[in-house]
Amino acid sequence: MAAILAVTEQRDGAVRKVSREVVWAARQLADQLGGTVDALVLGGSGVDAAGAALGDAGADRVLVAADAAFARYAPDGYAATVAARARAGSYAAVIVAATATGKDLAPRIAALLDAPLASDVTALGVENGTVTAARPVYAGKAIQRVAFEGSPAVVSLRPNTFVVGAAGKGGAMEQVPAARVPVRVTVREVKASEQGALDVAEADVVVAGGRGLKGPEHFQLVEDLAKAFGNAAVGASRAVVDAGWRPHAEQVGQTGKTVSPTLYVALGISGAIQHLAGMRTAKVIVAVNRDKDAPIFKAADYGIVGDLFEIVPRFTEEVRKAKAG
Amino acid sequence: MKIAVCIKRVPDTETRIRIAGDGVSIDEAGVKFVLNPYDEYAVEEALQRREKAGAGEVVVVTLGPEAAQETMRTAFALGADRGILLKADAIPADALAVAKALAAELKDGGYDLVLFGKIAADDCSQAVGPMVGELLGLPCVTAVTKLEIEGGAGVAHREIEGGVEVVAFALPAVLSAEKGLNTPRYPALKGIMAAKKKPIEVKPVTFAASHLRVVALEPPPARKEGRIVGEGPGAVGELVRLLREEAKVL
Repeated sequence: MAAILAVTEQRDGAVRKVSREVVWAARQLADQLGGTVDALVLGGSGVDAAGAALGDAGADRVLVAADAAFARYAPDGYAATVAARARAGSYAAVIVAATATGKDLAPRIAALLDAPLASDVTALGVENGTVTAARPVYAGKAIQRVAFEGSPAVVSLRPNTFVVGAAGKGGAMEQVPAARVPVRVTVREVKASEQGALDVAEADVVVAGGRGLKGPEHFQLVEDLAKAFGNAAVGASRAVVDAGWRPHAEQVGQTGKTVSPTLYVALGISGAIQHLAGMRTAKVIVAVNRDKDAPIFKAADYGIVGDLFEIVPRFTEEVRKAKAG
Repeated sequence: MKIAVCIKRVPDTETRIRIAGDGVSIDEAGVKFVLNPYDEYAVEEALQRREKAGAGEVVVVTLGPEAAQETMRTAFALGADRGILLKADAIPADALAVAKALAAELKDGGYDLVLFGKIAADDCSQAVGPMVGELLGLPCVTAVTKLEIEGGAGVAHREIEGGVEVVAFALPAVLSAEKGLNTPRYPALKGIMAAKKKPIEVKPVTFAASHLRVVALEPPPARKEGRIVGEGPGAVGELVRLLREEAKVL
């Protein structure tokens, strides 16, 4: 029996969407290994409502480690708690989301467990009883397939990669202890950004702008289109981030974020190799550019050649109508 | 202030990746290697800290092949004082094996800060820095976009989805640098000349067992051929129809 530990994330007591993806991926792996899934929730008080959602995504049990210090990310305490739980449960794999928190947490867990880590994984499997993973390397220019030769397999999972179905598992709640360890770093405060909570790496739709917008003030066109979609985040090319038009948090590409949204709309972005590496796993790519030879059109499923200042307002209008209808 | 900056030699981000005949690594023929882009922020931060303190030493530590000496010279040209090369012709896929080798070197170095770039442009693991922090039992903050150090205590900002975490820690500490932490300088001619004379200590490295095996390296799945829907605003109607009826994303 090989159990899988799915480490979830909550913000203000609510389980994050990406955590359902983690539980779902754990479920698929557990089914191949003939095992069960434990979802671990770390939080302050008030995380008890998580059970139903995580059961539906595939958790047989939901283990809650509550500690006043866990309301925010507590790197030392989270890592020690996950490691203690992983040791107690003899899990075949420990899976976290490759989010800002998960990317910080997963290596700590691997170090504490003296176990191998595969980061930013896009596919998991089992071959001859061994857990395997596929992960983009060289910023998405190649895919590396790895086999775990140690246990547990520690995995961070790229957001927006797994489409969550309904597993209909129980998600029975149990309390587990929060580890008491020396606290070496403390998250004192979390400042919300002006752009809002929808991150470019986790959004269903990304509307991104580049040099073709000619100035920061014209990003209003990008924002309006993102608003029309409703569930969209604004992205930016490296050129406009380096020029100071947009914050680095919005940058898509090799020195920014890698995104896999359902829909990626590139406005006035020529498509440098570093940018394409960051968004080529989007399900559908739309490009608007005045240069018909721009490399972005090689990656795009649908392209419109022309002046984005004429095209984008019409596009926004049509999307609004489509959403309303 | 004594600062170690752990740097890596990686293919330039412009590189088109070709898979080598062994099917698990890249064909390095004709590939230009550079200092990992995020390591530039780590080196710059170390230099600024040393300058601000008015005293101290910036030691670049790298694990890699003989050719990584050239990468270290890039950091020397910017102002780093000396280097330690943990010489390894092949770097294990298991980041923990790498972290253990680095931690063993750093452990008794008496460093106030150990800096990394947030992520290496080749393996994209984003793991060695925090693993080293854990192995050394030191405070560790990753993806730092802003850093203040006063006496023996530091406050770092790190970007999270939709916000910023403000993180407090004590020195010595292990930090990884995110883009935006600072603006890396360009090497001056004087620095480039001086870089040639700065010492590099070359040490053999023995790795702990690697528990991660690379089975294959493959090109990413090809996207199906796209199409130009049309030119100008007149094509928007057709685009929206396609997004709705064919791609089913609207």
